[in-house]
Amino acid sequence: MSQNTMNLKVKVWRQRNANTAGAFVTYDVAGISDEMSFLEMLDILNEKLITEGGDPVAFDHDCREGICGMCSLYINGKPHGPWQANTTCQLHMRAFKDGETIVIEPWRANSFPIVKDLTVDRSAFDRIIQAGGYISVNTGNAVDGNSLPIEKQNADDAFAAAMCIGCGACVAACKNSSAMLFLSAKVSHLALLPQGAPERKSRVLNMVAQMDKEGFGSCTNTGACEATCPKEISIANIARLNKEYLGASLSAE
Amino acid sequence: MLDSKIPSGKLDDKWVDYKGHCKLVNPANKRKMEVIIVGTGLAGASAAAAMGELGYKVKAFCFQDSPRRAHSIAAQGGINAAKNYQNDGDSVFRLFYDTIKGGDYRAREANVHRLAEVSSNIIDQCVAQGVPFAREYGGLLSNRSFGGTQVQRTFYAAGQTGQQLLIGAYQALERQVALGNVTMHARHEMLDIVKIDGKAKGIIARNLITGELEKHFGHAVLICSGGYGNVYYLSTNAMGSNVTAAWKAHKQGAYFANPCFTQIHPTCIPVSGDHQSKLTLMSESLRNDGRIWVPKNIGETRKANEIPEADRDYFLERRYPAFGNLVPRDVASRAAKERCDAGFGVGTSKQAVYLDYAAAILRYGKIEVSKQGLSNVSADQIIALGKEVVKEKYGNLFEMYAKITGENPYEVPMRIYPAVHYTMGGLWVDYELQTTVPGLYALGEANFSDHGANRLGASALMQGLADGYFVAPYTVGNNLADEIYNAAIPTTHPAFEEAAKKVADRIASLKNINGKQSAESFHKRLGKIIWDKCGMARNKEGLTQAIKEVQALKKEFWSDLRIPGEINEYNPELDKANRVADFIELGELMCIDALTREESCGGHFREEYQTPEGEALRDDENFMFVSAWENKGEHEWQLHKEELKYDVIKPSQRNYK
Repeated sequence: MSQNTMNLKVKVWRQRNANTAGAFVTYDVAGISDEMSFLEMLDILNEKLITEGGDPVAFDHDCREGICGMCSLYINGKPHGPWQANTTCQLHMRAFKDGETIVIEPWRANSFPIVKDLTVDRSAFDRIIQAGGYISVNTGNAVDGNSLPIEKQNADDAFAAAMCIGCGACVAACKNSSAMLFLSAKVSHLALLPQGAPERKSRVLNMVAQMDKEGFGSCTNTGACEATCPKEISIANIARLNKEYLGASLSAE
Repeated sequence: MLDSKIPSGKLDDKWVDYKGHCKLVNPANKRKMEVIIVGTGLAGASAAAAMGELGYKVKAFCFQDSPRRAHSIAAQGGINAAKNYQNDGDSVFRLFYDTIKGGDYRAREANVHRLAEVSSNIIDQCVAQGVPFAREYGGLLSNRSFGGTQVQRTFYAAGQTGQQLLIGAYQALERQVALGNVTMHARHEMLDIVKIDGKAKGIIARNLITGELEKHFGHAVLICSGGYGNVYYLSTNAMGSNVTAAWKAHKQGAYFANPCFTQIHPTCIPVSGDHQSKLTLMSESLRNDGRIWVPKNIGETRKANEIPEADRDYFLERRYPAFGNLVPRDVASRAAKERCDAGFGVGTSKQAVYLDYAAAILRYGKIEVSKQGLSNVSADQIIALGKEVVKEKYGNLFEMYAKITGENPYEVPMRIYPAVHYTMGGLWVDYELQTTVPGLYALGEANFSDHGANRLGASALMQGLADGYFVAPYTVGNNLADEIYNAAIPTTHPAFEEAAKKVADRIASLKNINGKQSAESFHKRLGKIIWDKCGMARNKEGLTQAIKEVQALKKEFWSDLRIPGEINEYNPELDKANRVADFIELGELMCIDALTREESCGGHFREEYQTPEGEALRDDENFMFVSAWENKGEHEWQLHKEELKYDVIKPSQRNYK
């Protein structure tokens, strides 16, 4: 419980907006407690920049408890930093040592253009969902919830896929900037449930087409996405996506 | 007296009769009607989806980068519904009764009954959307129980129920976006309501990427922007959660109801230092098996595990033998505060109590031994078996605790302390969820109507989705039926121009203060004032003092604020300054409301009004009303009362001893 404090250097990517060039700027941050969260360390840096008349570092964040998917950051070469199954907002400073230099970059992918500094535009994910990531049921049409028993294993697997928080770490980690893990999580979630069956084929075809249109790269099965996913979404979902896609393509002809 | 427009007739029939008689808009006319929805959490996303499906032209706004981020996503425990799938005696009436009682008899009967009536439809709708609720081996939906009830009516998806429900509503919303019925404006913040002839006819929104002010027309405006718990700075709310949309509505004539009714959740991870930016909730479910205690001696220096039983005070079990560690949230929070204030707190800050799983681990271990028919088992083996059971039940929560604190809760007791979690107060609405401004509605946590002075667990998700999927589509339609003769008003109308200018002027004046202090630093100071004097316990002297302090803070804010960067660019500090300015004004009203309500009820505990045993003392004779505040200018509000009539339920004193 006793707090240790450290002095660090942070090397941060600064970029005014999408149309200007960016560069790294190094700052000193002093008196950082190991009980702080990583984003609280950035809060301290920003408070210092503001009071000194500078421009604070822009970064996305909201819930700060690992569920909203808004925070991002490439920290020392890893999306969401060094801890496994973790989001940046849950990363704490005890992961670092006194005197260390921490390198902080935004998600780097052509389909996620930079808004400012460490903030990127992930609206491509919303458009992929719009292409078919839902079940077409209007409000009020539903039958009794228990009229459709679902095998527990399928329900659990669907839930495991539906845990995706849409943060984009999978894209950032992939050398091809592929969005296959994100896409496959949604396709799996809905394909594993009987409610998703009627639109199963059109869904996968349309969502993949939208993903390609957004400029995300291809999947070469390196597994970097799974390794970095804060919710440990399994790469087995990509296999299921490929199966769904192949089946749908063949029968669509 | 305010007219809440509750339909006449028997309580059971009101909503059915309303739906049978409300006015309708034909499909051709729906296509001409524009509806603005501010906020895309459970209430906003479900309303946008449902109204879009009906054929209305919907424009939805959220400040996050995607509607999927709204803070409804963080709800852990579950959602209540009167399905009675467990055959344990649940019914619409029981859910209605528990909610009214849990709210300490300060909620409106008709609204709460409607909520209980539509609760079942919500579960059906969510299942149809593919929400992966927890299931039993037979394939049917699973339930668990929550505080304040004796039945199992809570549906859940592990500890991520809010996430799964929000994703369901988000997907329904995105489907309407794809169909062209909803236009989504992410990274936009509503900064004013536009009124024409006394009716809400649109909004001014700031594009947070470009800083540009946009004018949007709507035949109706729905505020679904959540609660105001972040007025305390430290809360379990997301960093961006704010009162701005609701506050702008208030400044435009919508009354603000019961602002002092705030919920402090007993089990959160305590503050570790001045750097703290937010607090994390540990689910209420942990109180099922965990025992809460503090040392018996002030100045205890031993580690928790080294303190013998005789020197521990299990204060909830001591004070409330009947309910023990499972007393309602408000009671548990106050008891923890009382011990810490008396000097018995633990941890470096001394503002924490222990939540101990050692007894549960031992108990579960012994059960496993007998289940598995083991013999000659060592104490260590029993504990190992017990840990396995606890891990299965609460593993994700224990992991979250370990990540934040760096301590292993299987080995040492967790340290917890109450934190601000939810706000029962909000914009005053009538039965149709319409505010006192015609055409302006409030849904979900942004309104005040269903939870009285204390909300029960697993009821927030229920209310958000009830309002959005099943109430607003009828009630808003009832009023839009009269608007079909009114064509869309072009945003070149002088009312839009004036509103936009007013917003631009305010932003410029904030920016031009050119002082020295950040918005964040003012927010922290505001939070401390409100937490200390209008938090878990309030008294006349403190509240009077707090009002003065908040007024002084407002002055300082408007003379020494510094916003870096430019107005016409992506500028999160400017966004924050806008929100903090509104929180400061709300903070003053909260203290005024708390000062005016000279009784204790639910989450509102006035130290002057308590029983000899230290329990909340309600005053039904003088305070059986909703306080609805009308803004009259700087530091000025007028109180309007809505009398609460209990036709079906007889109010009684809550007792948990």
